[in-house]
Amino acid sequence: MTLQALLSHWARNKMQLAMLLAGLTLATALWSGVQALNAQARGAYATAAALVSTDGAARLESPSGQLPQALFVELRRAGVLVSPVAEGRFIMGDTRVTLLGIEPLTAPPGTAAALADGDLQGFLSGGGYAHPETVAQIGASDMALTPSQAVPVGTVLVDIGTAQTALGMADQISHLMLTGPAPDAMPEGLRMAQADAGAELDGLTDSFHLNLTAFGALAFAVGLFIVHSAVGLAFEQRRGLFRTLRSLGVPLRSLTLALALELALMALIAGLAGLGLGYVMAAALLPDVAATLRGLYGAPVPGSLQFSPVWALAGLAMAFAGAGLAGGQALWRLWHMPVLAPAQPRAWAIASGRAMRWQVVGALALGALAFVLGVFGSGLFAGFALLAAALLAAALLTPAALALCLRMAARLARAPVVQWFWADSRQNLPRLSLALMALMLALAANIGVGTMVASFRATFIGWLDQRLVAEMTVTPRDAAQARELEAFLTSRVDAVLPLRRVDATLAGQPGAVYAMRDHATFRDNWPLIQAAADSWDRLAGEQGALINEQLARRAGLWPGDRVALPGAGDVAILGVYPDYGNPLAQAIVTEDWFDRLYPDTPTRQLAIRTDDPDATRAALLDEFGLTAQAITDQAQAKALSLAIFERTFLITGALNVLTLSVAALALFATLVTLSGLRLVQLAPLWAMGLTVRQLAGLELARALVLAGLTMVLALPVGLMLAQVLLAVINVQAFGWRLPLQIFPADWARLAFWAGLAMLAASAWPAWRLWRGGGEPLLRVFAYER
Amino acid sequence: MSLLALKDIHKSFASAEGPVAVLQGVSLAVQAGEVVALTGESGSGKSTLLHIAAGLEPVDAGQVLFGTQDMAALPDAGRAQLRRGTVGLVFQQFNLVPSLSVGANLAFQARLAGKHDAAFCTDLAARLGLADLLSRYPEQLSGGQQQRVAIGRALAARPEVLLADEPTGNLDEATGDAVFALMLELARAQGTGLLLVTHSARLAGQCDHAIHLRNGRLA
Repeated sequence: MTLQALLSHWARNKMQLAMLLAGLTLATALWSGVQALNAQARGAYATAAALVSTDGAARLESPSGQLPQALFVELRRAGVLVSPVAEGRFIMGDTRVTLLGIEPLTAPPGTAAALADGDLQGFLSGGGYAHPETVAQIGASDMALTPSQAVPVGTVLVDIGTAQTALGMADQISHLMLTGPAPDAMPEGLRMAQADAGAELDGLTDSFHLNLTAFGALAFAVGLFIVHSAVGLAFEQRRGLFRTLRSLGVPLRSLTLALALELALMALIAGLAGLGLGYVMAAALLPDVAATLRGLYGAPVPGSLQFSPVWALAGLAMAFAGAGLAGGQALWRLWHMPVLAPAQPRAWAIASGRAMRWQVVGALALGALAFVLGVFGSGLFAGFALLAAALLAAALLTPAALALCLRMAARLARAPVVQWFWADSRQNLPRLSLALMALMLALAANIGVGTMVASFRATFIGWLDQRLVAEMTVTPRDAAQARELEAFLTSRVDAVLPLRRVDATLAGQPGAVYAMRDHATFRDNWPLIQAAADSWDRLAGEQGALINEQLARRAGLWPGDRVALPGAGDVAILGVYPDYGNPLAQAIVTEDWFDRLYPDTPTRQLAIRTDDPDATRAALLDEFGLTAQAITDQAQAKALSLAIFERTFLITGALNVLTLSVAALALFATLVTLSGLRLVQLAPLWAMGLTVRQLAGLELARALVLAGLTMVLALPVGLMLAQVLLAVINVQAFGWRLPLQIFPADWARLAFWAGLAMLAASAWPAWRLWRGGGEPLLRVFAYER
Repeated sequence: MSLLALKDIHKSFASAEGPVAVLQGVSLAVQAGEVVALTGESGSGKSTLLHIAAGLEPVDAGQVLFGTQDMAALPDAGRAQLRRGTVGLVFQQFNLVPSLSVGANLAFQARLAGKHDAAFCTDLAARLGLADLLSRYPEQLSGGQQQRVAIGRALAARPEVLLADEPTGNLDEATGDAVFALMLELARAQGTGLLLVTHSARLAGQCDHAIHLRNGRLA
């Protein structure tokens, strides 16, 4: 009966109920959607790790890149349990894949599991295994492919012999997987490296997932503002009912339990709806997230979402935790409420006035914490902690700052209606403060992330224009074709610049050493962030190496320092170049030196400088029968890079829009809930001669003014956020630092959308007021008796 | 000519059982400086008639004449303008503007109507015993003080007609009597016509005329 009495409130306040459920649903959806994306990606990394290693296994590799196959036989005969792997990029059908050649009888258990249900005979006869999505991408192919969920996306698992033939690696292997104990003495020319590709990907992609989680948490928090606001208002509205029920003999314990049950019921309904919505959202965003992870980190993530019961339970738990967090205060207040507490709704303004003072104290404490983290903190988590503290401090300061602005405006006002407008806005601020804090957070996040992305885009486009100077690039089928291509092109084009690289560990980080031919293309166009004197001449003279910004920042190595290169020992760092979009460490040495250090390294690509790319392309197609995918012109390369860039931030943009939408919903929920209370405040003005139309217009204007002021407050916060993202988070996460650039046109656009969102949020209550004529206002006087 | 004349007012409200006639051909008039009490049982239509006189409630039929101007025939903006400049309203629940100080509340309608006279306002505040409370906010005042602010606010605009709906209904007898006496005195001093809705026969007895409503008709 008690629960029934409590629930009757919602039957009469359906819109309030809808807003409460919508807030919790959206919060759960955004959080669990982001978690679904993370879980899917991490599952894919685990698949990748399981395919190529046993737990904690290592691999034996040569610093120069390849090993003779005979070494495998030699080691096995010596009793060392190893399994050979031949690996390389290969164009198959309509796409480029990683061809992973293994020896099935000695392969690690994870690889064997991928073959467990398959046709081993077909595998040994030239067949392959690939993820269903990869099979679909490849389309028609000479190779018989068996779909398998155990193979990462973008990889084709084949017998080692098949891979060696396809990759032109006769009697050569890429590395050896260690499937037993490590040898007592390392064979000459070999080194041991960790083979846990999943862990490596986890490390590289941590920042991306942390970024997503941070956005999910922000959206969840914004959603909880709605729930807290709706539950708090419902509590105030039901004070009379609580008093009546207590007076009728309902024990406090039963009443509190009933209120908790009501909250749990709503958490269950909203949680289930949020899970459904989160799943749909994740499924819609996953293809872009997968493409981003593939493009940025080479992480094999499938583009289709799989349902996980653990994820669903975790999402429901978050819904309950969120409802508990948002409604806990109401339960606590009920537990401590005297039987004869006043039935009148409390003056929120008075209670919130005290709360505002505490908020300011909390904001100052958080601001101090952010300052300390900014000065003394290091690492990605310190960066995110700094962001969280600064954003929360700004949110907590928002009501006080708005109150100050409104007080100043009221002092300047002369006309009575304008004076009332400012005074009334200030008086209602506590009721709107939660929603306005949510709006401030959403706007600051939009400004911050938008500025970061726009700064990045501007720098990235400039960098691409400088870096991608070769008119076209050609990907040879194998090393032999590379040699033929270079010989063919040398007399026909201005320059042929081969790209060769070996994987290497640089200053303890995974990366690669690249060969660079001494050519004006690089000297004239490659930007260097920092350079030693005569860096290009000294590079050509084999006096050192260039390193990328990622390596420089992560390892703290700059011109004047030295870095160890495999086979070369410590070499001088001659310059640091920006290398956006690449998560790995890089070092560049001159081509001749590279060839002496790492002989027989195949050329992976040829960059071509020519005045007539069309004729060169035609000649290559005629002479070598290359596929269209093997030739990329400059425009295509730029378009591809930009597409990867845009895709990378698509998810960020989507979450930005969703967060702003949730904030707008929070405002709508609050304004709708408050519309009944507003009538009491507006009725006297109507009685004194203001028209209903004027009052409705003033309500809209108030919403717009508050949105405008919030936007103004969000601007410095957003710029601070952008600065932290660019100078701290990006450096930690990606290894590059970018200059902050200002884009006022983007702010104007955001202000327009914020105003529109605010108008939309306030339009319904204002329209109801206007449409009702004086009737709802007259009821205020009619209910007096 | 009467300051306010209600002529043959009809008003009904919709209900589940069909329309309920609340006022059935009610007519009355208020002259300058005259105090008219409107009495009747609960549900007799007193407040509805007062709301109609203030232009807050539309009529089904009849005229609400301020001089020669029929308020019932005016659009919302016209009714609001007439209310702003001609009518003062006092309610049982005071209905002050909570976000404005006592001083701002007192001056609000007068400023809205463009008839603000600072000296008059100050004098009015002194006569109402509010001179020391001008910087306070309504929530900081007692019921009696709030009602005095409401009366002052209505009279500061020098309305031709003051409409008061149970102005002492929320006050104890002593405070109510004091507030009523003050309102009567000020209205008479300004030559303002006063239409007073009350349950109290004692208060009605102090007025120039008393009109009794029963089932929507004048008794």
